[in-house]
Amino acid sequence: MVDPIKVYPAKPPKVYFYGTCLVDMFYPDAGMAGIQLLEREGVEVIYPEDQTCCGQPAYTSGYHDQARAVAKAQLGLFPEDWPIVVPSGSCGGMMRKHYPALFKDTADEVKAAEIAGRVWELTDFLVNVCHIRLDDLGEPTTVAMHTSCTARREMGVAEVGPKLLGQLKNVNLVEQVRAEECCGFGGTFAVRHPEISGAMVSEKVDTLVNTGAKEFVTTDCGCLMNIDGYAEKNHKPVTGQHILSFLWERTNGDGSKRS
Amino acid sequence: MSETAQQSPHHIDVKEFHPRARAAIHNPQIRQNFRKAMDGLMTKRKSAFEGWDLETLRDLGANIRLRALANLPDLLEQLEQKLTENGITVHWAADGDEACEIVRDICVARNASSVIKGKSMVSEEMELNHYLEEQGIEALESDLGEYIVQLAEETPSHIIMPAIHKNTEEISQLLHDKTGTDLSHDVEYLTANARLQLREKFMNADVGVSGVNFAVAETGTLCLVENEGNGRMTTTVPLCHIAVTGIEKVVPNLEDVTALLALLTRSATGQHITTYFNMISGPRKADELDGPEEVHLVLVDNGRSTIYQDDELLDTLRCIRCGACMNHCPVYTRVGGHAYGTTYPGPIGKILMPHMVGLDEGRHLPTASSLCGACGEVCPVKIPIPDLLVRLRQESVDGDKLHPAKVRGHGAKRSSMEAMIWKGWSWMHARPGMYRMGTSLGARFRKLQPGKFGGWTRYRTAPKLAARTLHERMKERSQ
Repeated sequence: MVDPIKVYPAKPPKVYFYGTCLVDMFYPDAGMAGIQLLEREGVEVIYPEDQTCCGQPAYTSGYHDQARAVAKAQLGLFPEDWPIVVPSGSCGGMMRKHYPALFKDTADEVKAAEIAGRVWELTDFLVNVCHIRLDDLGEPTTVAMHTSCTARREMGVAEVGPKLLGQLKNVNLVEQVRAEECCGFGGTFAVRHPEISGAMVSEKVDTLVNTGAKEFVTTDCGCLMNIDGYAEKNHKPVTGQHILSFLWERTNGDGSKRS
Repeated sequence: MSETAQQSPHHIDVKEFHPRARAAIHNPQIRQNFRKAMDGLMTKRKSAFEGWDLETLRDLGANIRLRALANLPDLLEQLEQKLTENGITVHWAADGDEACEIVRDICVARNASSVIKGKSMVSEEMELNHYLEEQGIEALESDLGEYIVQLAEETPSHIIMPAIHKNTEEISQLLHDKTGTDLSHDVEYLTANARLQLREKFMNADVGVSGVNFAVAETGTLCLVENEGNGRMTTTVPLCHIAVTGIEKVVPNLEDVTALLALLTRSATGQHITTYFNMISGPRKADELDGPEEVHLVLVDNGRSTIYQDDELLDTLRCIRCGACMNHCPVYTRVGGHAYGTTYPGPIGKILMPHMVGLDEGRHLPTASSLCGACGEVCPVKIPIPDLLVRLRQESVDGDKLHPAKVRGHGAKRSSMEAMIWKGWSWMHARPGMYRMGTSLGARFRKLQPGKFGGWTRYRTAPKLAARTLHERMKERSQ
């Protein structure tokens, strides 16, 4: 459940950046974009070298002993009191919402709860803590946005993405029908129930294509991998990108923007 | 429709979820019927709550249910006492079979040969129709949706709208085949004909069986929410009325009902109020002209008191059976209600049925979710459905040494292969050096990455490993 009221910290001089394993291995550009956006806001980014995975895949599969062992290895990465920012609603949700339950009745209970309280989804942090102002340098384009279910329902940041995109004067944001419906990723769900997941992503891609936008952005690499992978395999005229990559490319001024 | 739906739930192998789900997904009619119906229900719910402080109301609903559950044993005793004072006979049933026998005994004592039924999911749980038929007692459903499902020899595919898997054309054909109505798509005509047939049955039925939405302990009142008037007929026309309900349906007082009712009708069908709201407080009194001579309440446990013993699983019992979780579930919308093979389908079924059929039988139910959280978001009494799904996943693989599994049939899904994979995964991800080495090697040799990953690549391209990991790029940056 989303916190009834979020109490944002004042903009800190430093943050911990928790990159997530999917960003690390598959979408490092999104991670770099997030880091550069934070740095441009004057926030120093600490990237703990020993970070691996938040433990969510094992947790949602029911293997809590294994999830706890991996999550425990992350608990020591944030010794100072800085906020922990995560470029994912899903991994952020795991750390913020589920770590306290995972470590309940263990010696790490207090530490896990303390860390959970410092975890922020990165776009939320950019808007509501950094109060970022974006200067769009890109060509006019139309995009759709898919907010992940965890970003929407666990981290409560559904309004943040559209707010950021709304700051880009040459970006026309269009909304697909049933925007709040799951894309069908769900981690191991996509492998355990491939037909159901396939039916969900095929409808998600259809709704995105029907907006007329040629590209979409999303808060989470799981959804991106799912939606973009389906569109690619089935030759659908839409491609995806992590919202952080999109924001950085359109505002960094070094010509690497896509459109 | 799905072949399995033609049988009694007794004969459905709950474990065979995958083939049923596959069949539904490849059935365009099923897909279209559910998508259209669920889209409509979601829109109606949304507009019904417009202008309401929904979060506050949901908090109130959750707290009312929590308070009732916290005092459940006392409330049940109080309810029994009040009902008895009001002239209602109370029976206790440990499971569905026992509940069926109680109903039979009442019928036999009254020499009854025909039963008319209002809508009741607990009676579905008991498989009452099936049982009574075997005993030579006719049981006819009078809720239009249940009537259609019964004619089709199926089970309900939704807890509020039992025949939602059928469109008008299919229903018209069914009524034509079974009752001889014209092949008309005029809903008014079809409904009027069904009503005619049912009216006659109401007049002749010996016993009426209904469900209960809320049982009020303080006053001994049974509340019944319905739209068609068949509930009122069932509970007032036959000379004997038997209400069946789960033991969790009790609330302390009438005031509690107002909030729950406001939540129930809006969450279920997007109605501000239903056409009928019945408050049953006893049999016909000496000076009254109508109403039943006898009223019974059968309180059914059927696994509920076991759920009640666990502080977390207890939340399952908050449910007021509105069906909003299934209306908003992207999985239910794709596979429909029959794929689950259980009395209660959809998200609530996934967290409730494993307790009724055992987690060995129901092992696939908790996994059939992307954990998107839409169910928990709309639940009028804030049941943390996704958290309970994760809990049951843990139980089904015995995945937590700190919190040993306790649900009947736990551990049935644990395979040594999968356990080994997670152990290996955990070993590597709990060792940062190993993780960095593994992911760097992956990036270096990404061209060797397999192009196929089972079910994933049937629908999508394989995820592509980046040339350099974020770890490598950040390391380079710091040097």
